[in-house]
Amino acid sequence: MTLLEVKHLRTYFETSKGLYKAVDDTSFDLDHGEALGLVGESGCGKTTSALSIVRLLPKEGKIHGGQILFEGTDLVQLSDEEIRSRRWKDISIIFQGSMNALNPVMKVGDQIAEAIVLHEKISKKAALARAGELFELVEMPVDRINNYPHEFSGGMKQRAMIAIALACRPKLVIGDEPTTALDVMVQAQILNLLEKLRKELNMGLILITHDLSILAEVCDRIAVMYAGKIVEFGPVEGVFENTAHPYTERLIACFPHIGKEKIIPPSIEGIPPNLLEPISGCPFHPRCHKAIPKCTVQEPEMVKVGEKHYASCLRIGEA
Amino acid sequence: MKLKDFGKAILHNKLALTGTIILLFFIIVATFGPLIMPFSTMEFGEVEDLLLSPSFKHLLGTDDMGRDVLANLIAGARISLLIGAVATAISMIIGTLIGILAGYFGKGIDNLLMRFTDFFLVIPWLPLMMVLAAILGTSLWNIIFVIGITGWAGTARVVRAQTLSVRERQFVERTVSIGAGHGHIMFRHILPNVFPLVFANTVLVAAVAIISETTLSFLGLGDPTMASWGMMLHYAFEGGATASGAYWYYLPPGICVVLVVLSFTLLGYAFDEILNPKLRGR
Repeated sequence: MTLLEVKHLRTYFETSKGLYKAVDDTSFDLDHGEALGLVGESGCGKTTSALSIVRLLPKEGKIHGGQILFEGTDLVQLSDEEIRSRRWKDISIIFQGSMNALNPVMKVGDQIAEAIVLHEKISKKAALARAGELFELVEMPVDRINNYPHEFSGGMKQRAMIAIALACRPKLVIGDEPTTALDVMVQAQILNLLEKLRKELNMGLILITHDLSILAEVCDRIAVMYAGKIVEFGPVEGVFENTAHPYTERLIACFPHIGKEKIIPPSIEGIPPNLLEPISGCPFHPRCHKAIPKCTVQEPEMVKVGEKHYASCLRIGEA
Repeated sequence: MKLKDFGKAILHNKLALTGTIILLFFIIVATFGPLIMPFSTMEFGEVEDLLLSPSFKHLLGTDDMGRDVLANLIAGARISLLIGAVATAISMIIGTLIGILAGYFGKGIDNLLMRFTDFFLVIPWLPLMMVLAAILGTSLWNIIFVIGITGWAGTARVVRAQTLSVRERQFVERTVSIGAGHGHIMFRHILPNVFPLVFANTVLVAAVAIISETTLSFLGLGDPTMASWGMMLHYAFEGGATASGAYWYYLPPGICVVLVVLSFTLLGYAFDEILNPKLRGR
């Protein structure tokens, strides 16, 4: 059975100015032990998609439609109490900006043990012992569980956050920009660690980032999001080598290449559409270098462009 | 800030050091003083012993009933400090609880609790305490209760403000996401983060509590069987000590109250300086 299947998810924010369609008709799926990368610019709905899966949306956010099937059960239909007991046991999340996600006045070990005690009938002492094992797993000295967060470096805090995420041995871990605030060397270490843990524990991983180069290294498949929709979804090689959507093309072009001429990479002109207003045609057409008149009126559908590789652009298939 | 660093900071801060020394002195006197005093507070003197001025036998003289003033002063330290400490504890518990509940739940609960707090904040506390003390009757525990119940409003406001800020921090969101309940978040996560503030506030509330006790007792609303400093002032006034110039009777308890309140105020300023990096001297 597929680990996670998101079908036609619509998550809207009810704001004073109207409905903000942060995630609009998004579908993707993930197998056991597989790593999926969600990529896109700021505000495209990556984090909202992730928070919808664990049902941790801010109170203005509501799931207006679609299904989130986790091993066959629809998470959207579960009661608050049911989702609360499944969160962390089945799905856990590594938060954006781990620097602030640890309580400054509590020992790190206690914060890991806390997650275990809340979900399993286990003594504090046994939970602390497990916290020690988890520290070993994330390659940290076990005695550091008695430290406070301010005694850790940024990378160590991130490792501690991963340990907390793994505390109840979840089947799916969502990493919401887990390496954003870290320098490149530590970033690489953390990603290698996530990669290693995913293989060892056979857990699914959804990695949210705006850094394509990270995804290429860690993920099996990539979903590119734009304005609340997935515009291209496929295996890493497919997306990078047979890029089908113009947005993905431009996104890849934004990264400098080692060995090529030293230039400032071109940016994508314009800004993403206002999601409060209805969008006519393809959401990317005002910024698209391949746009034709038809793009302003007709909404493109997902079409197959390769092995497990889909994209939504009207110009696919044109010679 | 760790406890060790905090101790060091206190030793290096002149205000804090002075406050600590005065307070420690009074605590030691209150604890061990009565054990070594040669006179009991119940030892009434003969007619020739009334209102004696200070001598080697009676270091601070005697009162209008021939009792040793120093013995009374030391016994009073015990009662004044006890009332101050317990009343402060009651105030801090009520204030912290209401502040955290209001700040954490927000909306209707916040509104309700804060209007209730405003009521206690704006009502003149002295008349309220007098009325309460008069209704409840004069006993030590009633006095403690009255002072405790009137002194929490400021703390509740400060704690609520800090809770509002802590609640929005990401670790709280993370704790929610691992499935923690409201009580767990409030007392295991938010309380430790607002605690420095509660601690700094305690010192100021304690000063007010001691003054309140003195005021109430002086006005005759104290427990007549428990001779606190306020009670001594009350008896001194009633016994005409001021008119007969028996300064050794009414000055010592007054000075003691001022010193204890001063030590708390000094500590309050110093805590502010130590805990607030912007005020910390370089």
